Amino acid sequence: MPNVTSTMAGTIIEVTVNVGDQVEAGQDVACLESMKMQMYLQAETSGKVKAVKVNAGDFVNEGDVVLELE
Amino acid sequence: MFSKILIANRGEIAVRIIRACQAMGLATVAVYSEADADAMHVKLADEAYPIGPAPVAQSYLKVDAILEAAKQSGADAIHPGYGLLSENPGFAKACAEAGITFIGPRPEVIAKMGIKTEARVLMKEAGVPVVPGNESACADVEEAKLIAEAMGYPVMLKAAAGGGGIGMQVCPDATELEKAFKLCAGRAKAYFGNGDLYVEKYIQNPRHVEIQVLADHHGHVVHLNERECSIQRRHQKVVEEAPSPVVDAALRERMGEVAVQAVRALGYTNAGTLEFLVDADRNFYFLEMNTRLQVEHPVTELTTGVDLVQWQIRIAAGEALTLEQADLAPEGHAIEVRLYAEDPNTFFPSPGTLAELRWPDGLRIDTWVEAGTVVSPHYDPMIAKLIAHGADRSEAIAKLQDALGRLEVSGIKTNTPMLLSVLGHPKFRSGDFSTDFVASELAPAKV
Repeated sequence: MPNVTSTMAGTIIEVTVNVGDQVEAGQDVACLESMKMQMYLQAETSGKVKAVKVNAGDFVNEGDVVLELE
Repeated sequence: MFSKILIANRGEIAVRIIRACQAMGLATVAVYSEADADAMHVKLADEAYPIGPAPVAQSYLKVDAILEAAKQSGADAIHPGYGLLSENPGFAKACAEAGITFIGPRPEVIAKMGIKTEARVLMKEAGVPVVPGNESACADVEEAKLIAEAMGYPVMLKAAAGGGGIGMQVCPDATELEKAFKLCAGRAKAYFGNGDLYVEKYIQNPRHVEIQVLADHHGHVVHLNERECSIQRRHQKVVEEAPSPVVDAALRERMGEVAVQAVRALGYTNAGTLEFLVDADRNFYFLEMNTRLQVEHPVTELTTGVDLVQWQIRIAAGEALTLEQADLAPEGHAIEVRLYAEDPNTFFPSPGTLAELRWPDGLRIDTWVEAGTVVSPHYDPMIAKLIAHGADRSEAIAKLQDALGRLEVSGIKTNTPMLLSVLGHPKFRSGDFSTDFVASELAPAKV
């Protein structure tokens, strides 16, 4: 099951789902800010949130795992 | 005159201010975050002090750390640049209390103009036309919806303490307003410490035209004409020029008079800018006042021959403004393009390391990067401003096109192709465009 990873380096503003939530492909799951721009990270596939690996305020690099899905 | 100036900023504007100080024979002090230890402003300043980790909240927004650096270095004035602490009345006040001159207007005036709702009321009282909207912050989303329904959609939802396009959104209907309210309030709270929002009538296809002013402490006020800033993406300016293709001498005089009148009514001092929306019938409405230096100030400098940063410093030191209105008519035409580290199609940020960099000659370039510079995701994506001055508008456009064609940069993506698309577009070249130009004419994949 593919995880949700960060598309670029930046700061996590908000994670909009919780462990146990069912998410659909294309759904916004977290808000990321880079260079003063906010964008949403989306789930590529549907699944259940197994783990949330980041908190609001965390700095992430491109490719870092944000959510684990199952 | 001061002996030593601390620059409480980073990037190209810190470099720009250091150069103005050097031209005046003043010593300079830089402050820097961990991400900026090797930055150009740090190298150029006479002294430099670390003030914290990369995030701005832990460094460039840390009033205590900056004042401590000022005290240690013995700086007698602080230039805040733009953004960051430049429009923070608490910082201006803290400087005064520490016995250090803040290069800008009085804290009370910054506070009044910083609360956009209050600014609108004061401007109305001073006889300045304002965009229709509510005069105090919305209590909640329900009140915002009532106001929006009364004036009719689309409306603009804005942060009362906002600026720089942050915490602001066009809302075509109630559903979008509801969604935007939470997001904008959150962003406004995070950025400005104040989540208050207000609703403004959305003026269709407006042009963004602003008037530069300078006022000294002896009652002398001048305006330095307009700047046209309608080419924007995400409400941030990308291309600016002076004069505006749509402003003739008569409109310039009227807008200038209104701006000077407002400055006098406020008791405003130092450099400032009144932003207006101009509609299709050339009616103009006050948007907000920026109580600081603007990013796009070079187009005014090139068309008036006035160094705005040097005047900011002189005015703060109590010197009398010697410029006369009659001598300030614009000469020729200047255009600035902002070079951003971003994908030219999606406008998504492109942080990274600049591998190669070769600037074209023949124009003014305000920058802070060189080959090897790391463009950090923590800060604004602007890496340089390229500014051309020509005898007329088409000459300025041609100079910029030539320069951008010769620009060599690798390692990160830049918006160069997008800038060339703007400069070559028939609507831009004819001068017939509004703030929706980028979204409607360039049709990027995703904005």
